[in-house]
Amino acid sequence: MNIVEKILARASGKSSVAPDDVVFADVDKVMMHDVSGPGVLKVFDKLKKQGIAVDKLWDPTKVWVAEDHFVPSADKLSAENIVKLSNFTKNYGIEKHFKYGMGQYGICHTLSHEQAMVMPGDVYVGGDSHTNTTGALGAFAVGLGHTDIAYVLLNGNIWFKVPETYYFKLNGKLPDHVMAKDLILKIIGEIGNDGGAYRTMQFGGSGIDDMSVESRLTLCNMTTEAGAKNGIVEPDQKVVDYLSSKGATNFNIVNGDADAEYAKVFEFESSEMEPIIAKPFSPDNTCVVSEAPSVELDKSYIGSCTGAKYEDLEAAAKVLKGRKVKIRTEILPAAISIYQRAMENGLLKIFLDAGVTVGPPTCGACCGAHMGVLAKDEICISTTNRNFPGRMGHVESQTYLSSPMVAAASAVTGKITDPRDLI
Amino acid sequence: MKGNVIKYDRDNIDTDVIIPGQYLKVHDYAELATHAMEGLDPDFHSKVKEGDFILSGKNFGSGSSREHAPIALSHSGVKAILALSFARIFYRNSVDGAFLLPIEIGQDAYDGISDGDELDIDISTNEIKNLTKNESYKMKPFSEIIGKIIEAGGLFKYKPELD
Repeated sequence: MNIVEKILARASGKSSVAPDDVVFADVDKVMMHDVSGPGVLKVFDKLKKQGIAVDKLWDPTKVWVAEDHFVPSADKLSAENIVKLSNFTKNYGIEKHFKYGMGQYGICHTLSHEQAMVMPGDVYVGGDSHTNTTGALGAFAVGLGHTDIAYVLLNGNIWFKVPETYYFKLNGKLPDHVMAKDLILKIIGEIGNDGGAYRTMQFGGSGIDDMSVESRLTLCNMTTEAGAKNGIVEPDQKVVDYLSSKGATNFNIVNGDADAEYAKVFEFESSEMEPIIAKPFSPDNTCVVSEAPSVELDKSYIGSCTGAKYEDLEAAAKVLKGRKVKIRTEILPAAISIYQRAMENGLLKIFLDAGVTVGPPTCGACCGAHMGVLAKDEICISTTNRNFPGRMGHVESQTYLSSPMVAAASAVTGKITDPRDLI
Repeated sequence: MKGNVIKYDRDNIDTDVIIPGQYLKVHDYAELATHAMEGLDPDFHSKVKEGDFILSGKNFGSGSSREHAPIALSHSGVKAILALSFARIFYRNSVDGAFLLPIEIGQDAYDGISDGDELDIDISTNEIKNLTKNESYKMKPFSEIIGKIIEAGGLFKYKPELD
């Protein structure tokens, strides 16, 4: 069995499972945020009317809650959702609630690793499609809707069809100025935005072994943009060291068997990789930066679970150091822990000296919520994960997706720019 | 199950056009319905009728896990989406929450059915009758688990026979 099959077999109490089997898997961790939490509450209200008991969760210690989409509260309605969420966690005895303005908080997928909320081998479900991100720690991490999350909260398990697995092998270390974001955009461009649908996308090979845990998180995050059920990387010493540095030491690593089977294997050569962007209006509409259209950009946005981890900010700082931005540029570290390191290590000074507006951790404009949404006809280059029509604001705005290095270089020139042309 | 078709002759209708991100903070189902499909078809709310079906190409509902998407469509009166394929979370949300039926169709049905056609869909025989054109097509049968959850009326009413 491969790693996903082994995790699902363990979680469903079976000696083995195979693709297309339907299992009810025990869940190890479940996450909600300020959008899915109130959505789950609505489901609870509906269930109550149907006579289904919702007064107790199966295990509040396995539940954790983030505030990220509309925080700091964007308006009255989002403020009310935060109050609802706080009452929810209080009433049900959920202790792990990361509140903005009270120490550590941030985007849920970023907290999943920064705060070591998810462990290798876990079945982890979250009320957000980018829950896939955390597969980089070796967990089976899957996004679900409100009804399914409500079901997990009350029952502790959920049904899954065991997915078949596509294996993406990267040979060799990525060149400087090429980031994990470039690789995942290349993959999505090749297989299409439903190329991984209903499947696991697993990453491996010497190029992945060489990658930091944070880079692997970027890869797994955007498996969602290929329609995948989940993304995963086999946990290695880097994952163990990463989690240990966050104070987590007690976990059970699961790895695939030597004779693990994959439905398909795709190979990529690092030496052939270049910076890549996705043009409007789909993450699979990709081209290399050297062939990017010559558009006048209005904004550069460096934020989100995909593109504002510490190493993403470090990469942007490398480009922005000693330079000035030519267009509106926002940088929003994805969690307070990252914000703090960026301050301690001088990154914030580099950003502010360059003229960038540095904002608080939030999903913000990535999902068109607040904090810099786009006007009609505005064109943005962004380190986020989606560029559907209206994703970041007006339905006639445009978003180009890129790595933090490309977004930073483009901020300096006002055009889509290969960082190698600046450094 | 009879209804009329609203056809969008395109692929990849994503959750951001079905219900734009600014409405994610809204949890009132009736209000969400007034914004359904706003990112693609601002007239949708005024033209959709109770019992209508939406017909579209491949990868319907791609993107976010927002249950707002099937909720907004269902509370607009839409009973089923007919598409060449579906994104997985939208598909699962539609069935587990018993909001609407995600029906996978073949190219023959996609090409044969026009905007406004009246259909009669029978999920027990997997048959789609086009009453306007006097044609019929086969839908792809639901997998066993999906069929059982639909029959039960959603995940919470489904009692799995655990082995």
